[in-house]
Formats: sequence, structure tokens, C-alpha cells
Amino acid sequence: MIGQILVDGVTSGAMIALGAIGVTLTYGLLRFANFAHGEFATWGAYAAMVIAAALGGAGEPLGDLTFGWHMIAALLGAVLLTALLAVALDWLLFARLRKQGSAIVLVIASFGASLALRSALEFSFGPQPYYYSREIAMTVRLGAGMRATWDQMFVLAVALALMAGTHLMLQYTALGRSLRATSENPDLARLAGIDVARVIKITWLLGGGMAAAAGVFLGITVQLRPTMGFELVLPLFAAAILGGIGSVPGAMVGGIVIGIAEAAAVPIAGAQYRAAVAFVVMLAMLLLRPRGLFGAREA
Amino acid sequence: MIGIVSYLLFFVTVALSYGVAVLGLNVQWGAAGLFNVGVAGFAAVGAYVCAWITAAPADSHWGGFGLPIALGWAGAMAAAAGVAAIVGAATLRLRADYLAITTFGAAVSLQLVALNAQTLTGGPFGIAFIPRPFSALADQPLAFAAANCALVVVVTGLLFVGLERLTRSPWGRVLRALREDEAAAAALGKAPATFRLQAFVIGAALMGLAGAMQAQFFGFIAPDNFLPAFTFQVWVMLVLGGSGNNFGALLGAVLTWALWTGSGTLVSILVAPEYQSRAASLRVVAIGVVLALVLLLRPRGLVGERPTVSRGIG
Repeated sequence: MIGQILVDGVTSGAMIALGAIGVTLTYGLLRFANFAHGEFATWGAYAAMVIAAALGGAGEPLGDLTFGWHMIAALLGAVLLTALLAVALDWLLFARLRKQGSAIVLVIASFGASLALRSALEFSFGPQPYYYSREIAMTVRLGAGMRATWDQMFVLAVALALMAGTHLMLQYTALGRSLRATSENPDLARLAGIDVARVIKITWLLGGGMAAAAGVFLGITVQLRPTMGFELVLPLFAAAILGGIGSVPGAMVGGIVIGIAEAAAVPIAGAQYRAAVAFVVMLAMLLLRPRGLFGAREA
Repeated sequence: MIGIVSYLLFFVTVALSYGVAVLGLNVQWGAAGLFNVGVAGFAAVGAYVCAWITAAPADSHWGGFGLPIALGWAGAMAAAAGVAAIVGAATLRLRADYLAITTFGAAVSLQLVALNAQTLTGGPFGIAFIPRPFSALADQPLAFAAANCALVVVVTGLLFVGLERLTRSPWGRVLRALREDEAAAAALGKAPATFRLQAFVIGAALMGLAGAMQAQFFGFIAPDNFLPAFTFQVWVMLVLGGSGNNFGALLGAVLTWALWTGSGTLVSILVAPEYQSRAASLRVVAIGVVLALVLLLRPRGLVGERPTVSRGIG
């Protein structure tokens, strides 16, 4: 029982963590809470569906997975397209508002962008759920009464690899250093010769791409709905705050913790209150330790 | 003719009930700079409490005390204020965008309770047969619509005058001072936390009243009425009209509601029935674009905040 909660919690937590990377990076860098971030996950998931359909379906199943190479190509395409969408949204809306100076106006704008992006998808695809594949998901016994589908294992492995890659990039490359430096102090970074506009663009690419991957993974393991990303917003913020705003390793750990907390709450409070769990965890964190587990900055 | 007039009267009634929520948001955001993304949550609390107090007893939900409507409105305001006091005490000392996230979370959680606590709220089916004001006139549509409209005009007018006085009072001045420069205001001995909490609670009480009014005028509430889209509408109304200005708040409410219902009527005339739910989502896209354009092109809104100077100095 407890083992199964862990398996389900860690898998969905890994997807929350992927999305939270972008939230914490844009929050740390641009100092605003982007309510539209969840929509990148939705758009990524639907983009992958369109690409897979253009290729003729999710492809011949690989081993015991429910999908094949087509889906993997679709994942790559969706990540790329959504990363560009994030940059485009910044260019169209957020960058212009940043010039006007008030950070909080950006939050209202992102709230509007979120509703517009979601409704545009609902207009195009309707409110009904979609699935990438109609194959039956094969499960694997992990011992101690735990079981997971091969799809879940695949998603978890790729998500962990993406997170590890992001972490190594931020920690050890010149690009990662300039990103962290800009997040720490934009003015000093500019003085040190860092191209801040380029750093902002890369942050959106990275955040949008990771969120798209999370959306595709959600589509693989659950289903696609126009509201899937919107329902992620609260868990994403909760993960970012839990880990400490601006801290990417924190967002990853925070995501997994939120995932496990949600899975653990289902047998206690019922699945219908799942969305409130992230809120309760976040509120507790804000009251007890506002700078989060790994955050350096006071809230 | 009577149909059109009573439709217009009903339009004004609903638009001004939104206007009351916008006035509440204007106290929080316009005057005190508090960023509340949970308007729908406070309106929901008001609407449900009002329904419990005034509706007749029913098996499908809790409450049903059949008490007078005025008590329902007072109860709605008190309940929304109480919820705001709890949320505010916990979160107002945090940064502005943290307040945004927590109020959003509170509204989502409240909506979940409305949806799932079936014995209390009637669950997804909501609460029906909420008594409407002047129901004795219900068989004369025009008189009925006119009486309701007059009621909401009087209430909104009283609130408007009251809030105008409040904005100009020393209390309103402290709020603006805190919004502009917290350290300076605190150095003059004004306690930021107390004033902010007061503004937050007053604003939320108005949102609760707006929820109660809508429950009463529609006679029916359901969790779907209080989705984040409601919050967004109220925000668009304030931003369009001009935050910091009570007249702008009401103007924005009427204009936005006109755009919203007008586009809805257009959709129902022009679009085939099977595509109407899809076309409805296009309206949400449109209203999002309108907001973005107003923020980009006219950040002060149509009217905008007027400089307020104390009597004797100006």
C-alpha cells in the first residue's frame, strides 16, 4: 500500500518537477509568478498528439510500452514547438510589460494568457479527453506489492534524465553559470558582460520545453484534456515554493514531495480533493519556512 | 418592448452585481495594492451562505432556514469577511505574488469543497430555488425587473458613496501610502499588517455580497459559477475601467459585461447550435486578448486613478 503510493507519487511528482523547473527559473529571473506556465504543458501534450497523428499514430509499440518511435519523435517536436511558444509569449506580452516596470501587472497578464491559451485549445479540440494510444498498458511487478506500468517506468526514467541534464547544465557550463548569475543579480550580471536578453530567452526555452515534456508524459500516463495544465498550476507553484524560489534542485525535490503528498492524500481524503493537497502543503511551507527547503532568498 | 426593457433592467442588475465585486477588488488592489486572484472563492462563500440562510429547507443541501434576504446578504458579507480574515492573517505578510498564489489556491480549494461536499452544498447540482427579492411581483415581469434593478442600483450607489468617502479618509490615505512606500508609512507609525488586513477583509465582504446578490437574482448557484474565469472577469472589469477609481470600477463592470453578453448573443445567433460551446471558448480567448491590449496600450484603464489631495492642501 505504502509502496504503491510511493510509486504513483514519484511518477506524477517527476512530471510536476519538470514543470516546476520553468516556474522557479522564470520566477527567480523575472520576479513574477507565471500563471500561464501550466498551459505550456497542455500545449506540449496536444502538439505531440497532432505530430503523432501526422505520422500515422503513436507507432508500433516498443516492447511492453503502449507507443513506438512516432511518439518519441512527437515528444521531441512538441518540446521544440512549446519552447518557441514560450519565447513568443514573452516577446509578445511579458517583455513589453516588463518595460512598463510593474512586476505585478505581469501576473495579471499571465492569468489572462493562461485562460486565452487554454480556451484556444478547447476551441480547436473540444472539451473531451484524448489518448495517444489505445494499446493496453502492461504492468510490471516491482516487488513488495508495488506495480507500475512500463509507460510509467519509461516516463520516470526520461524525466529523471532530463532533470539530471538540466542540473548538470546549470551547475557546470558557462551558460548555466550566466543563468544563475543573472537570477542572483541581473545588474551585476550585465556589468560582468552577460547578455541578459539572451539568458531570458534561454530560460523561456528551457522552461517551456520541460513543461511540454511534462505534458506529453501526463498524456502518456493519464490522458489529454484542455484543463490538464491549468490543474498543474497549483502543484507547480507549490513545488517551486517548497524547494525555494529560484532553486532548480529545490523545484525537483519539491515536485516529487508534492507528487507523493497528493498520492498519499487520495486514500485519506479521496481523489476529489487531490488538487487541494498542493495548496495545503504550500501554505504550511509559506507559514513555517517562506524561503523553502533550498532557497537562499527571503520571501 | 416590455421584453427588451426588462432584459435591459436585468442586464443592469447583473452588471452592477459584478460591479460590487469590482468595487471590493478596487479596495484591495486599487487602494491597498493587494493582489487577490481568489475573487471567485469569496463570491462563492457569499453565495452559498446566502443560499443556506434564505432558501427553504431541502434534502439536497444543508441549511434552508428560510430567513429574510437582508439577513442572507449580511450573513454572506460576514462569512466572506471571516474567510478573508483567516486567509489574510496567514498570507498578507508575504510578498505580493505569494498572496496571488495563495488566494488562487484558496479559491480552487473552496470550489472543490462546493463541488464535493454534497451534503452541504448540493455538490455539482448546486442549490436551486433561492428566493428572489420582490417575488410577490414575479407575475409582472416589468415591475419585477424594475424593482430588482432599483434595489441593486441603490445598494451599489450607497457602496459607491461610502467607498469614495473611505478612499478620501485618513484610512484610505494610509493605504495608498503603504502601497507606494511601505517603509516610509511604517516609519510614520502606521502598522502595515493591520491596515492591509482591514482592506482585504472589507474587499472580500463586498465580493461575498456580490456572490449573494447573484445567487438571489439568478435563483440558482452551482460550483461552475465560481471557476477562475469569474475572478478573471472581475479583474478585466477593474483593469479596463481603471484601478484606483471607484467610478472606473463600475464603468468597467458595465462595459465588460456588455461585451460579454453581447458576444454571447452574437454567438447564439450566428453559430450553429452544435458549435456553440466551442464558440464560447473563443469568447474567453477574446476577453484575454482585450485584457492584454488594455495592459499594453492603456495601463491606467479608461478612467484611471485621480490624484487625491487632502482638503485644504489641494
